[in-house]
Amino acid sequence: MSDATATIAPPRPAASDRLKFYGIWIATALVLLVLPKLFSSGGSLTTFSLIGISIIFSLSYNILLGQTGMLSFGHAVYYGLGGFLAIHAINIIAKNKFAIPLPLVPLVGGAAGLLFAMLLGWVSTRRSGTAFAMISLGVAELVASSALILRTFFGGEAGVSANRTKVLRLFDWSFGPQIQIYYLVAAWTLIAVIAMYALTRTPLGRMCNAVRDNPERVQFVGYDPHIIRYIAFCFSGLFAGIAGALAAINFEIANSAYLGAVQSGTVLFATYIGGVGFFIGPIVGAIFVTLLSLGLSDLTQVWQLYFGLIFIAVVMFAPGGITGLLMMHRPLLKGGTLSRVLPSYLLAFIPTLAMVTGLMLAIETIVHYTVNPNEDSHIKAFGVPFDAANPAIWAVAGVLLIGGFIIARKTWARVAASWDDALTAAREKGVAA
Amino acid sequence: MSTAIELRGVEKTFGITSVIRNVNLSVAQGERHALIGPNGAGKSTLFNLISGYMKPSVGSILLRDEVISGLPPFQINRRGLSRSFQVTNVFAKMTVWENLRCAVLWATGHRYAFWKNVDNLPEVRDRTAQILQDINLVSRRDVPAGLLTYAEQRALEIGITIAGGADVILLDEPTAGMSHAETERAVALIRRLTEGRTLLIVEHDMSVVFGLADRISVLVYGQIIASGTPEEIRGNPKVKEAYLGEEVA
Repeated sequence: MSDATATIAPPRPAASDRLKFYGIWIATALVLLVLPKLFSSGGSLTTFSLIGISIIFSLSYNILLGQTGMLSFGHAVYYGLGGFLAIHAINIIAKNKFAIPLPLVPLVGGAAGLLFAMLLGWVSTRRSGTAFAMISLGVAELVASSALILRTFFGGEAGVSANRTKVLRLFDWSFGPQIQIYYLVAAWTLIAVIAMYALTRTPLGRMCNAVRDNPERVQFVGYDPHIIRYIAFCFSGLFAGIAGALAAINFEIANSAYLGAVQSGTVLFATYIGGVGFFIGPIVGAIFVTLLSLGLSDLTQVWQLYFGLIFIAVVMFAPGGITGLLMMHRPLLKGGTLSRVLPSYLLAFIPTLAMVTGLMLAIETIVHYTVNPNEDSHIKAFGVPFDAANPAIWAVAGVLLIGGFIIARKTWARVAASWDDALTAAREKGVAA
Repeated sequence: MSTAIELRGVEKTFGITSVIRNVNLSVAQGERHALIGPNGAGKSTLFNLISGYMKPSVGSILLRDEVISGLPPFQINRRGLSRSFQVTNVFAKMTVWENLRCAVLWATGHRYAFWKNVDNLPEVRDRTAQILQDINLVSRRDVPAGLLTYAEQRALEIGITIAGGADVILLDEPTAGMSHAETERAVALIRRLTEGRTLLIVEHDMSVVFGLADRISVLVYGQIIASGTPEEIRGNPKVKEAYLGEEVA
């Protein structure tokens, strides 16, 4: 390398940076290792496993959406096919007593995801944008409906089940107990996350970003954007297949819901809510959405409605997702002016909370009258009992909703103003935005 | 001298509108050739045809005696022809460094590699650093391209165009919208960077054209009405009438 390069090019990471980088991965591995010691109940182990699966799936989706700029409405196809192939693989391995242990089965799912992405992706990746989105939707409908028609492979409504304990044992692990499944999922999650991160640092990964930003220009620096999209699509299918296989191993069943529109929608939600602009975004989104869907479904029967409201709110007010919101604060943190915005947050929080409470009260009351009008009006939502038939409750909901909104709007303006002040102050201290 | 670009009877029609009409043009290797003409004469269309963005309706285009008309843009680019755009066309969310690096990757043979760390490729770093220095954007290395000033974006546009090492360069109005001082700097930059390469440039600023070009072609209503040295073009009555008017007198 020439001397000139050393002064002009971005500096190579110093030894301390490298140590920090590898330290993060090692720390993550350690956390994954000790997590079951801290939360040892079967329920939390299942939750962790679901989160791990969701992380792989969401990150695989972000290879398309965040990194290459392709909006897919049918990513569950590769997840589901990975799941079905994994279930069939477990059954075949068990039947023929092949010497293949369970931890290798996700490779079958990954291979299935990759293979189907290679088959179905060539045409759809010719264009990005609307054409790609529409084709992905069409393919998803096609595969989802074949799942109900091709009964021998997909098992119809009931799906296909398997017994994961019947395959070759490894180190005397039967993979019956959830704790063993947790470690299996955790290991695969770590491998997949590292692999997908590494992919962003390759020439292909960089060109994916270039295709996202400007597919036209890519053609004039020697690249075929179709090939870039296609390879990205194949990688995305590979990792989605691994996630699907882990889900199949976790539940010991694969059914048509794996392939369906709801599954495709959920991964879009998780990825977008987490934030598509950062590698870590989909991880945050996967954790948030998994916990939220498990938590909300216990608290209210219309949890999907709240889910939709959250999604709309994120799209409208925080297009960078949760990660984008957090990363916005980095310059303030560096400039030491974060404390200037915090009071305005606190001030805005109270009327906003009142507004949201009013909205929830109104929603639950309406749900009572439209869904169960003949049942007892003393209902319970989010653990709080109230009488949906009481006009006073309606009035409270109205006052909270409207009054909260009017006051909240003023406090939001204050947040914006103090935000500008803090950012200007941070910039004056020489912190780049 | 051998020819770098040759257009033989090229025509382009959109529906019944004929935009390029029987254009024959030959640019010699190492020549700086300017293409001028009034608005709507078809200069950008001609660039789009040569660079593969559009296909000619009739006729053929040759790059170093090989037919390239009908090939997609990326294949023409791989054969050593690179173009810039009239409207800035960069990778807006990526940094200046990354923009230039994207333009270097194919030429250094890394193609679609997904098994190499892009930060660990010495020849890519060297070449990207060289271009970054050439276009005077070293201090803006880590700024997203979308946040650069207009003149800086134009410099980056030229940087991306030449970064792949193509020896035939097409520049589409590189100084459009620039102040006088910026234009002077841009022209110096273009002169330096296209040293030893073939340049075909579309330009409206006549001081730029006459200062830079070895030869000039005049395109009016999709037809080349004159081709020659700056002196010949200056003295050509047809050109004066159709386009230059008082400007060059």
